[in-house]
Amino acid sequence: MNDTTAIRHIGQPLRRREDIKLLAGRGRYVDDVRLPGMLHMAVLRSPHAHAEIRSVDLSAAKVAPGVRLVLSGKALDGKIGPIVPNWIIPGSKVPFRPVVATDRVRFVGECVALVVAETLAQAYDAIGLINVDYAVLPAVTDEEIAISDSGPQLHDNVPGNITTIYKVRGGDYQKAAREADQVIGLRVVNNRLIPTCMETRAIVASPEPDGTLTVYIGSQVPHMHRRWIAETVGIPEHQLRVVAPDIGGGFGAKMHLYPEDLLCPYLARELDAPVKWWESRSESHQSTSHGRAHTENIEIAFKNDGTILGLKVATLGNVGAYLSNMASGGPTVNTINFGTGTYKIDNYEAISRVVVTNTVPVDAYRGYGRPEGAYIAERAIDAVARHLKLDQVQVRRRNFVQPAEFPYRPYGSMGVMYDSGNYQGLLDKALAAFDYDGRRSECEALRSSGIYRGVGVAAYTHMCGMAPSRRLAVSGFDRGGWESARVSIDSSGRATIYSGSMSQGQGHITSLSQIAADVLQIPIENIDIVQGDTRQVQAGHGTFNSRSMAVGGSSVHVSSQRIVAKAKKIAAGMLEVDEEDISYSAGAFSVPGTDIAPVTFSTVARMAYVGHKLPDGIAPGLDETVFYDPTGMGSPSGIHLAYVEVDAETGIVDILDYVAVDDVGTLINPLLAAGQIHGGVAQGIAQALYEEVSYDPDNGQLLTGSLLDYAVPRAEHVPNIRSLFQETPSPTNPIGVKGIGESGSIAAPPCMVHAVLDALSPFGITHLDMPLTPPRIWAAVQKARTGASQ
Amino acid sequence: MIPAAFDYVRASSLAQVIDLLHDDPDGTKLVAGGHTLLPALKLRLASPALLIDIGSLTELKGIEISETSIKIGALTTHTELLASELLSKELPVFSQAASLIADPQVRNRGTIGGSLANADPAADWPAVVVALQAEIEIAGTNGLRRVAAKDFFVDIFSTVLEPNEILASIHIPQPKAGMRFIYRKIRHPASGFAVVGIAVGVRLQQGVVADISIGVTGAASHAFAGQQAADFLTGRTLSRQNIDQAAKLLSETTECLSDRYASAEYRANLIRIETTRALLALSS
Repeated sequence: MNDTTAIRHIGQPLRRREDIKLLAGRGRYVDDVRLPGMLHMAVLRSPHAHAEIRSVDLSAAKVAPGVRLVLSGKALDGKIGPIVPNWIIPGSKVPFRPVVATDRVRFVGECVALVVAETLAQAYDAIGLINVDYAVLPAVTDEEIAISDSGPQLHDNVPGNITTIYKVRGGDYQKAAREADQVIGLRVVNNRLIPTCMETRAIVASPEPDGTLTVYIGSQVPHMHRRWIAETVGIPEHQLRVVAPDIGGGFGAKMHLYPEDLLCPYLARELDAPVKWWESRSESHQSTSHGRAHTENIEIAFKNDGTILGLKVATLGNVGAYLSNMASGGPTVNTINFGTGTYKIDNYEAISRVVVTNTVPVDAYRGYGRPEGAYIAERAIDAVARHLKLDQVQVRRRNFVQPAEFPYRPYGSMGVMYDSGNYQGLLDKALAAFDYDGRRSECEALRSSGIYRGVGVAAYTHMCGMAPSRRLAVSGFDRGGWESARVSIDSSGRATIYSGSMSQGQGHITSLSQIAADVLQIPIENIDIVQGDTRQVQAGHGTFNSRSMAVGGSSVHVSSQRIVAKAKKIAAGMLEVDEEDISYSAGAFSVPGTDIAPVTFSTVARMAYVGHKLPDGIAPGLDETVFYDPTGMGSPSGIHLAYVEVDAETGIVDILDYVAVDDVGTLINPLLAAGQIHGGVAQGIAQALYEEVSYDPDNGQLLTGSLLDYAVPRAEHVPNIRSLFQETPSPTNPIGVKGIGESGSIAAPPCMVHAVLDALSPFGITHLDMPLTPPRIWAAVQKARTGASQ
Repeated sequence: MIPAAFDYVRASSLAQVIDLLHDDPDGTKLVAGGHTLLPALKLRLASPALLIDIGSLTELKGIEISETSIKIGALTTHTELLASELLSKELPVFSQAASLIADPQVRNRGTIGGSLANADPAADWPAVVVALQAEIEIAGTNGLRRVAAKDFFVDIFSTVLEPNEILASIHIPQPKAGMRFIYRKIRHPASGFAVVGIAVGVRLQQGVVADISIGVTGAASHAFAGQQAADFLTGRTLSRQNIDQAAKLLSETTECLSDRYASAEYRANLIRIETTRALLALSS
């Protein structure tokens, strides 16, 4: 039935409802939390990548002005901790990780001691008075060296520095390699990144008069933080309230358990006073988790017409000094499960080793594993096209999974299923928008005059919203796949929605309202969204893995449906008709084909609360809570195209055009969706061209310790991005949405690398590792020129 | 982070600054825009006993233009240099170079005197003032003295300034009619500083180079004048061949820095390319 009166918000490019507050500077972040009597914590961090702690002398710090408490790791030993991962791939060897180092430090930045003082300045002054006697040990920062015989051992229970070995296999790669016309190999590095947020980490823990503890923390996962802090510090979970206020970016880094998250709650209880810690930018670089940091060895077997027969992958995932929260899952399940990308490659053999090194722990960063997986598939297929001198688009088209093959299990996988997609459609749309043929000829025409332009292509797919809950057990993920939403209608018919999702800038207040408004058929202004307070929000898992619309949105959708179902029953009683005869639209319950006057949603809400005329068996109130556990996961996909010009004399890359065509299922809000693509592409371009964490290989010192050295992209570094969409609804959830947050950062790195390699093809350059900095590109051109002249 | 404790004086005259510097030259730091000093204080890389805020010294502010020279006060901000119409009329290179410095927030606070006195090997103004053949005026216990810009920079973060002296102003001789300047820069993607920056001034007379000056920054331990290349081009035309040869000469005679981001070879290449491109732009 086409109801023209119905309220429809899904699909509308509404502006963000939350922006007025944020843009006017009225956002409230953790650092804005200033409580009476609040004390300040500062942390002494290890200056060494690997060392024994011989002694820690706290005496001078203890008597410094304003100091209330000084502790080294020994004093905390056995009281709080250890920090345990939340995702442990079966068979993993988990290193022991104390909250504060006791007898050994394993990376530059590891907590060694802490001070709590009355002012932050006093805390920092006292930190400078602590003397630690270290015996420096050999350090290793590189994953390949770490697993070699010469790699110093980090943990007694992790021989060879390998915590986890994970294998994936489908078909028969050896047979495919034998039957192939050619086999080529390539080794690619997925550069280590710093997930840079505008707001660094911060936490305030405050003991309440009733004996409970409130923790304010910039968290993507408030309920998970409540559980982890409760379990690790030893606080009954119900006596712990976690409040996540406005957050200035998360990108994965704010969904882990860090030492400071445990220290502040512990110290607040010890000192019976609020304790605050916030992280400076340089501290952030050496204490907040890093991202990526892989080396991949790839072998690809193919026929001379470009048909891929088999793929073999060996991944080394550098996870830093300890297994962080999800660290064993990233280089394994999240990476090599997705190594075949959008292509039909039946013969697949992959192994991933998770390696500890003397570096900052590595964990989830926008895409977590899927960018690395897509990079494997894309670099491999591009290498085949280049090797065979075939068109990069044609080789992709030849190997794509076909629309009729969905739901598709790549290489017969039990764990991976792509629910839907139409890669050919994406490609056609992208090529047309980009003017692919025109650009190709333009590249050719300009090359003779020394202008080096190139076109890059990348395709991707992945899976969003890890679920269902029962399947997560298999991979050792110690949480559920559901999300919860409570829709509470007040007596005037307005809605307050308590959502377990947690926005860090995504615009949930707007998008979740749109979902609810369409079901509830009430104006969007009458809907409020509450997130980020475990005392208000019943339960939740938070926001990561592009799950908030598919899982969080679906829970809002289903609980809103239950509200309408109950309201309909109440309306039926009020109108004295059968429930089945009632139609509900635009906030009115009517009985079509009769002259019965409709009753409004707000009138029904009023009735629900006064309870005067409720049908038999209907309890008062209009308030529904749902724990929505999806049956499967949605698979977004996309094609990105980039057009670049490389200055061969300076190595500078100029991005002339960037077109993204993404299929993220049903678009809830095209404006927010484009924003998600823009942000992700910016971060992906940054990985490809600018960002790289560097360590001194000899002593493990972090060389990119500040934003003076670590190149986060600025406006001048990011081109205009043309974001287009194709909507193939996901069959796995009632809205048809798939997930979008990670798409840009997955597609952009291979797309940019391919564009630059294409531009450099006249020089015979077939491979470069990210980031493609001007000096790196220039050196490759020089090498090619020198080689050619010899 | 939080700086270590320090005493703070807001200076009301240049004489007061010089007196205070005289008392404890090594324990005292001057702060103007603070864009280099404040981060160093916060990281506790610098812990001066006394910080003298010179921000309100009007005698160090402003741009004065006379028949023979242009005087720029040390406290003039990058934004003021970018926006000054008076200065743009005489020497548009100031506006052009200022527009390549960092971002608007930094330009609003940072000063040309601070940039020169700090002598970051990758700062932009050093190349420009060298090419403009400016003189740096320095105030100290013994009054004022002037040093040619090309002799002002000594090493990484090091100049001829004594610990008890303060950079007061920059004096630029009025360029001869027809003299044109350009500043070209390859930005470091993170810091925005110059990986290599080249400032060139040229005056052509009947197609032949009558006057030329070259300032280079970013490439070596401090900014310097590309004298050999300038001498080579003097009296010659700006033909492609001559330009290439001069650029090669400048590149080959520079002992370039090498760091994690860019090798010495890459910097030498940028000197060659950017000098070539600057001269080509000035040749038409």
